[in-house]
Amino acid sequence: MSDTAAGLNPADARNAARDVRRRKLQAFLFVTPLLVFIIFAFVAPIATMLYRSVHNPTVANLVPETLAALDDWSGNAVPDDAVLIQFATDMKRMANDRTSGQLADEINRALPGMSSVVKSTARSLRRVDDAEISANGATLLLEANDRWSDPTTWHALKAAGQVYSSSYYLTSVDLERTADGGIAQRDTQIYVKLYTKTLRMALTITVLTIVLGYPLAFFMAHASDGLANFLMVFVLLPFWTSLLVRTTAWIALLQTNGVVNSSLMALGITDEPIEMLYTQFSTIIAMTHILLPFMVLPLYAVMRGIDSSYMRAAISMGSRPLGAWYKIYLPMSLPGLSAGALLVFIISVGYYITPALVGGTDGQMISNIIAFHMQQSNNWELAAALGSLLLILILLLYWLFDRFVGTDNLKLG
Amino acid sequence: MKMHLTLLATLALTASPLVAQDLTVTSFGGAYGAAQKEHMIDPFVAETGTNILFEDYGGGVAEMKAQVEAGNVQWDVVDVEVIDLERACAEGYLEVIDQSTLPDGDDGTPAAEDFIPEALANECGVGNIVWSIVFAVNTENGPGPQTIAEFFDKDAFPGKRGLRKRPQVNMEWALIADGVAPEDVYETLSTDEGQARAFAKLDTIKDDIVWYDSWSQAPVLLNDGGAQMVQSANGRIYAAIKDDGAPFSIVWDSHVYDLDVWAIMKGTPHKEKAMEFIQFATRTVPLSGMQDVAYGPTRRSAQALLPEDVKQDLPTAHLDEGLKADGIFWADYGESLGEKFNEWLLQ
Repeated sequence: MSDTAAGLNPADARNAARDVRRRKLQAFLFVTPLLVFIIFAFVAPIATMLYRSVHNPTVANLVPETLAALDDWSGNAVPDDAVLIQFATDMKRMANDRTSGQLADEINRALPGMSSVVKSTARSLRRVDDAEISANGATLLLEANDRWSDPTTWHALKAAGQVYSSSYYLTSVDLERTADGGIAQRDTQIYVKLYTKTLRMALTITVLTIVLGYPLAFFMAHASDGLANFLMVFVLLPFWTSLLVRTTAWIALLQTNGVVNSSLMALGITDEPIEMLYTQFSTIIAMTHILLPFMVLPLYAVMRGIDSSYMRAAISMGSRPLGAWYKIYLPMSLPGLSAGALLVFIISVGYYITPALVGGTDGQMISNIIAFHMQQSNNWELAAALGSLLLILILLLYWLFDRFVGTDNLKLG
Repeated sequence: MKMHLTLLATLALTASPLVAQDLTVTSFGGAYGAAQKEHMIDPFVAETGTNILFEDYGGGVAEMKAQVEAGNVQWDVVDVEVIDLERACAEGYLEVIDQSTLPDGDDGTPAAEDFIPEALANECGVGNIVWSIVFAVNTENGPGPQTIAEFFDKDAFPGKRGLRKRPQVNMEWALIADGVAPEDVYETLSTDEGQARAFAKLDTIKDDIVWYDSWSQAPVLLNDGGAQMVQSANGRIYAAIKDDGAPFSIVWDSHVYDLDVWAIMKGTPHKEKAMEFIQFATRTVPLSGMQDVAYGPTRRSAQALLPEDVKQDLPTAHLDEGLKADGIFWADYGESLGEKFNEWLLQ
């Protein structure tokens, strides 16, 4: 800037700078609507999700004084009477303003079986008067349920009382924090298995779409325009049909007495129907079908741009067709291939509706369990942690892809 | 001018559904919803002139939680399964109902004595039906299993078994089939050994289980041959037998029965109207109408109105063969067993 400005008189330099500023502002204004949209529809929800997965103030808001009193607790025996009386007071208040259920729900998550203990204790303290609680609160609490004399219960309360905690992330990789602060395997091992399965299925689907899509795109790229356009309609037709309709069509095809089974039985290939619907097989086959256009379109676009004379040159110089394809054509079609593979892989990792409809039990993917925690178990924090982990996983894969294949090599059309 | 008329007509047309709904009532739809509409909603509308929007949902507390936490309560009265009621009430999604305002039975019995005790056990709801989870058999290929132990015996009774994909009821049945006395089931299930025992029993038929998600799928599976025997809400099978003449039979052994209640959403602006509806809907005659779908009424005076032959098909005639679903147990262990159940499914 200063170099150019040196040759100009000050007025011109000012004008030029103003011009640049104006053009920058103009460009910014063009982008602003999208930027605002992305902030509201993408960045903000993801930030909320990340925050929610580590931030859970429910218990801290419900019983702040008890938690403060628990700070000095040794952790080996029942907390002293002052803590118990404080907790009994809190319980009475929660019973009357009907928030004891929230506390019950949170503690139950750390220690199953506590829900009814908290609720019944709250119920028994509801009508006791305040003077009685401040005098005998400790005894009343211990008499209400003997689990209050177990230090484990208080560890659970203390753990649930942390506003910021990594426990949901630990849960989502099947780990938990033990009472002495260490980290151990949980009794139930489910999420790591599901992540692995999701990645394996996504990889299978990607490979299948390559196997099916590459030859098709190759053929279309070298066919006459009329034929290529005709075939393109077939690729795009399923793309224009509703996702639900396509998935339901697979249900009709694959079910026990469906089209595929009756044909196989009529042909005498099998005596009794093969179970295909509600398996991993049906999820993979339906998703391959649905995601195929995402592979074919970038491949086709790139292949159309490859000059066929390169191949002819290689063959005329003595290379065998397969060798020429491998050395010349494949590297040139790689940008389309990697774009297609990346698209298909990333879309299928987070796919929800098809596995939910045709997956049965062994075709479920991680997104289905996230939906389960959002809609049924009401554990939004865990759902957020699982979702964030999925996001991190995808970013990691993208980084690996960039490292080894290079995103410069991407070509979407 | 013509355009103005069209515009006015459009406005008039779009405006009519916008007439303020005085009350939104939410229940489970299907044959059950139809019976509620006929015997509870329509008579109430006729008597009071209230506009009612009658909606469906799939159960559970998630939607109530979302409405109450967002401060945007859209439902007023909601039909809740007792298995979810404990949690919904304690977490503050439902209003407390003054049960002393419920009207006497038509025979003059005070409400407190007329209702069966379970119907008024929770202060947030008023019992509406007694329904049950049974298993049903397609009798085209012979009578099939007659007890829950036989349901788990795949050597004697080969074929697919349709079960709803969740731990509730399946865990109870597995333990009973394994020889645990019905009264000890929930105590056993609260121990690690008991849970392992239930999963081990479920393992023996795992390969033959067809899982489904919503009650409406059960009669369909039985009908199209997807399963030879299914777990189902008794009313759905009853309706298939009665209305479609399906060759099904209901087995009452070890059925797990539960209640549904009418409850009021916390923070609704129409609390009084909602209470008025509940007082109306839980009177003797409307309750006796639930026999249409073989669900038992929760008032003794309503049970007396039922014809003898219908009584045999109601859960209330089979209570001593059954097990009461324990809402408190499932509030405690629903989440942890749900996870273990998912893990078991993935094995």
